[in-house]
Amino acid sequence: MQIYLPIAELSVDVFLLLGLGGAIGFLSGLFGVGGGFLMTPILIFIGIPPPVAVGTEANQIVASSVSGVLAHWRRGNVDFKMGGILLLGGLFGSTLGVWLFAILRQLGQIDLVIKLCYVTFLGVIGGLMFVESLRALGRRRRATAARDKMHKHTWIHGLPLKMRFRKSKLYISALLPGGVGVLVGVLSAIMGVGGGFIMVPAMIYLLGMPTAVVVGTSLFQIIFVTANVTFLQAYANQTVDVVLAIILLTGAVIGAQFGARVGAKLRGEQLRILLALMVLVVCGKLLYDLTVTPADLYSIGGGE
Amino acid sequence: MIRVVALLAVLFAAAPLRAAPIVVDLSEHLVAITAGFAGAEVLLFGAVDEPGDVVVIVRGPTRPMIMYRKSRHFGIWVNADHMTFEDVPAYYAIASTRPLEEIAAPTVLARNEMGVENLRLDLPRAKASPNVAQDWREALIRNQQRAGLYPAEVGRVGFLGDRLFRARLALPANVPTGTYEAKVYFLRDGQIVSAQTTPLFVSKVGLEAEIFDFAYDQSALYGIIAILVALMAGWLAHVAFRRA
Repeated sequence: MQIYLPIAELSVDVFLLLGLGGAIGFLSGLFGVGGGFLMTPILIFIGIPPPVAVGTEANQIVASSVSGVLAHWRRGNVDFKMGGILLLGGLFGSTLGVWLFAILRQLGQIDLVIKLCYVTFLGVIGGLMFVESLRALGRRRRATAARDKMHKHTWIHGLPLKMRFRKSKLYISALLPGGVGVLVGVLSAIMGVGGGFIMVPAMIYLLGMPTAVVVGTSLFQIIFVTANVTFLQAYANQTVDVVLAIILLTGAVIGAQFGARVGAKLRGEQLRILLALMVLVVCGKLLYDLTVTPADLYSIGGGE
Repeated sequence: MIRVVALLAVLFAAAPLRAAPIVVDLSEHLVAITAGFAGAEVLLFGAVDEPGDVVVIVRGPTRPMIMYRKSRHFGIWVNADHMTFEDVPAYYAIASTRPLEEIAAPTVLARNEMGVENLRLDLPRAKASPNVAQDWREALIRNQQRAGLYPAEVGRVGFLGDRLFRARLALPANVPTGTYEAKVYFLRDGQIVSAQTTPLFVSKVGLEAEIFDFAYDQSALYGIIAILVALMAGWLAHVAFRRA
């Protein structure tokens, strides 16, 4: 059954969209990431104009993050103080990002920048995660491996504005989560992602947060940052298609619930290896598309 | 050439004396884009006074269009050059009773923009040499054809007897909105005897139109509603699955 999307201005099969939403929602529930980093490129592949894919995906992530965060909140897995600092950075970063987005769109380079951002971040994060999880698995097998020192003192701990985060059992500079928030906010606006795939590793490896509170806290931040992106994209660029968002999120929220259940049964390292592999596959595909000689060197940039 | 001029002179002299040699209409003048829109078919029909050929050209609204050309930088393909075409029809389709080249001479076809290759797509002159301009032109047409907006095939105009003709105009699902015109030419012996134009409106109606207008007229409120809808949906899903 075809449905016409009023903002994207094209008609797409409803069941294709529902299926996509469900599949990505399942993965997002499984890994505790928004799934935007998979959904946005796929929406572009099926012909949704990239700006509309990015704006609409932000809107959809609001919904899937809400249903995710509520589940984590009930289990007490959200560090609201940490989330608040991440959020402050995120609001600033996403506002900056939407502004950059509008400029790049005028220059005709937005597609390229979206893809380059994906390749860079997916490549780095996926690679790091993959190597790290393999090591963790190896350590577990050897069983005798020495445990890392609990507290390593580096330049990071010399930063000012130190704050205590009880739930995360951390005493670190607020600049760290704030900075992570800004970066994620910019990427959220330009790439149409929640940024979980960057924030989750950053929280674990950079901030040193306990894994249990990482997912809930990142989802908490993502809700507000993607809400900000949704609002600004709708306001400044008119690129949020609510009809598309509603169809996608219907599939996604249902898929996410099943994903979360399956995820609870798998071990952390296995999950991370799977996520890392998926991130690398998407990265590889995008990189391939950027380097292979295009079928047509010319493309239409839309009527202004 | 002289013959053409002479013929035209005869035609112009004769024109006021004749009854309208061609009448045309569409089965509908409004193509409504609704939620279930998956393309539309409009029937064009008409009658002529005497035997001859009919050519139908459907054009979408014209607009400026930016085109980019990629080139390789550091191993990556980047939009490096761009050109802006001034008046590009958003849609262009042609149908005829016989293959175009049998109906009229190339000069006649070119003058009346019959056939995609005869579309006048002007580039600002200063920017491009003729060869380069031709590359850009062809690229534009190729891109539009790939999008299904400049159908490559010439459609069929069928005659019912000697006088009545009809043609199906198929508009794809991604058809741009705006005011279209269907121009119908009647030709005899390779010359245009008369032409008739009839308008066709492609527009969003109902909920689709309201959402679109709302998104553009009240962007801030639209953004807030989009967020509220998402919050509601997320909460609903949570509640539904907690019970289950």
